[in-house]
Amino acid sequence: MLDKRMTVDDIVDQLSDGMTIGIGGWATRRKPMALIRAIARSKLKDLTIMAGYGGPDIGLLAATGKIRKLVFAFASLDHFPLEPHFRNARQAGAFEVLELDEGLYHWGLRAAAMKLPFLPSRVGIGTDIIRQSGFDFKMVKSPYEDSEELVAMPALVPDVALIHAHRSDERGNILTLSVDPLFDELLVRAAGVSFVTVEKIVSTAELEMKANSRFNLVERAMITGVAEAPFGAHPTSAAPDYQLDLKHIKAYVDSAASPEAWAEYKAKYIDVSEAEYQATIGGAEVVEALPVPVY
Amino acid sequence: MTQTNYSLAELVIVACAEAWRNDGEVMATGIGPLPRIGAGLAKMTFAPAIQTTDGEAWYTSEPVPPGKRVAESEYEGLSNYDRVFSALWSGRRHAMVGPVQIDRFGQANISMIGDHRKPKIAMLGARGFPGNSISHPNSFFFPSHNKRAFVEGEVDFVCMAGYNPERYIGGKPPRGLDLRIVVTNLCVMDFGGPDHQMRVVSLHPGVTFDEVQANTGFLLARIADDVPTTPAPTEEQLEIIARLDPNNVRASVFKDNPAGVREPA
Repeated sequence: MLDKRMTVDDIVDQLSDGMTIGIGGWATRRKPMALIRAIARSKLKDLTIMAGYGGPDIGLLAATGKIRKLVFAFASLDHFPLEPHFRNARQAGAFEVLELDEGLYHWGLRAAAMKLPFLPSRVGIGTDIIRQSGFDFKMVKSPYEDSEELVAMPALVPDVALIHAHRSDERGNILTLSVDPLFDELLVRAAGVSFVTVEKIVSTAELEMKANSRFNLVERAMITGVAEAPFGAHPTSAAPDYQLDLKHIKAYVDSAASPEAWAEYKAKYIDVSEAEYQATIGGAEVVEALPVPVY
Repeated sequence: MTQTNYSLAELVIVACAEAWRNDGEVMATGIGPLPRIGAGLAKMTFAPAIQTTDGEAWYTSEPVPPGKRVAESEYEGLSNYDRVFSALWSGRRHAMVGPVQIDRFGQANISMIGDHRKPKIAMLGARGFPGNSISHPNSFFFPSHNKRAFVEGEVDFVCMAGYNPERYIGGKPPRGLDLRIVVTNLCVMDFGGPDHQMRVVSLHPGVTFDEVQANTGFLLARIADDVPTTPAPTEEQLEIIARLDPNNVRASVFKDNPAGVREPA
């Protein structure tokens, strides 16, 4: 079937306990937050979360106890460098981690996308990344004259990938209109099963592919389902449609200060429908007017 | 003409700029306001070929100020995430970063303090440090030179590779490993001592070698019996720094924005 339209809840129904879920985006950019909130509300448990470039996705899933194992290179809210919910959970030993370099994570996705068991790299040599307990990194020797000893970065293969894009048609032809496509394409290719939330589902003609094809990340054959979720990346950005909501991110940061503060945030923003969430944050008018951040 | 009326932050910016002096046409990444303004200063004076970014996805013709932008930048090229890795793996980048810890091998940590399975303090994660460290030159900035930052033994989690032979097959670090300078609130160091020992190359005005050593968890070498004083900013440099930092972000880096020439205790 070429009609791949689903709801956010339909997507969450496709997930199960113990699954390895890869999350796209970068820190405060284009995180599939409507999906993350829905997972946080769900009964799902024991998830392995692959979020190399983590932000509030990691923090929210950590704070709601969804993570059994985290594969990551960093967790940050960028303007607020330390992700406070990630920090609290990690300091409590709440989950196991495989900590990677950002480039090594990219390389593991690329290996998976190429259906290779590993790709060689120098990255990790000389560091504790390749000495982590719970994971046995292997080295490989170059078979050529140089005989260099390299890290064999294993393929990172999620069961599903979750990303947020700007537009899609019902067939799963997606457009990611931001300047930086990040590594969402590789994540989708690595997973083979991918669910995408988009700001707007439009007709194929409205995608104007001839002009916009360079914003088309990946073949639609790689996209399993698309759900319309306007402002579904909030409080992270989906520029050019809207910018990150620094005020909300501050409120989110403050919610890590105490169990009471977290309970209040959770009741207000997580344990509600996405429609209520959107209304609470002020609706389209407020989100569309968010100022461009400075870096 | 040499100035005496300058701040410690301005002295540090001038010292940071030196990191990029002989780099040619590389991507210059200064993390944090002072290294970033330092890279801008290098670009506007002796290293015009280096490329700096807007902190997001573009190279710009002129350095972008920290904080509020005063004018629209001229974009000169793309530096999106994928391209940053392409540049750094090629070696054509020099980053100046601010880790939380560094040890006598130049191994650096921004991940966590304590036991990796259950850290006492969880910080960012290794970020791109492992790949940066073995791919291109790296320099460092530490706003607070003390034994918590310059640790005895090894750092808690080695994110950035260093000159520790025990970490390498055959004892030889990979060829891309190239640690350059370390700028702190007290001095400038490099790795030019015997076996890459960290070495004090200049002391900020009013600072003694013994004071630096007392705040460092390992033994330091020195460039000469009389360690030179870190060069003061020139009038021209101060004027360029003011233009690169119109929001005066530099004044907020050190507590109470101290003067560059320290009063004798």
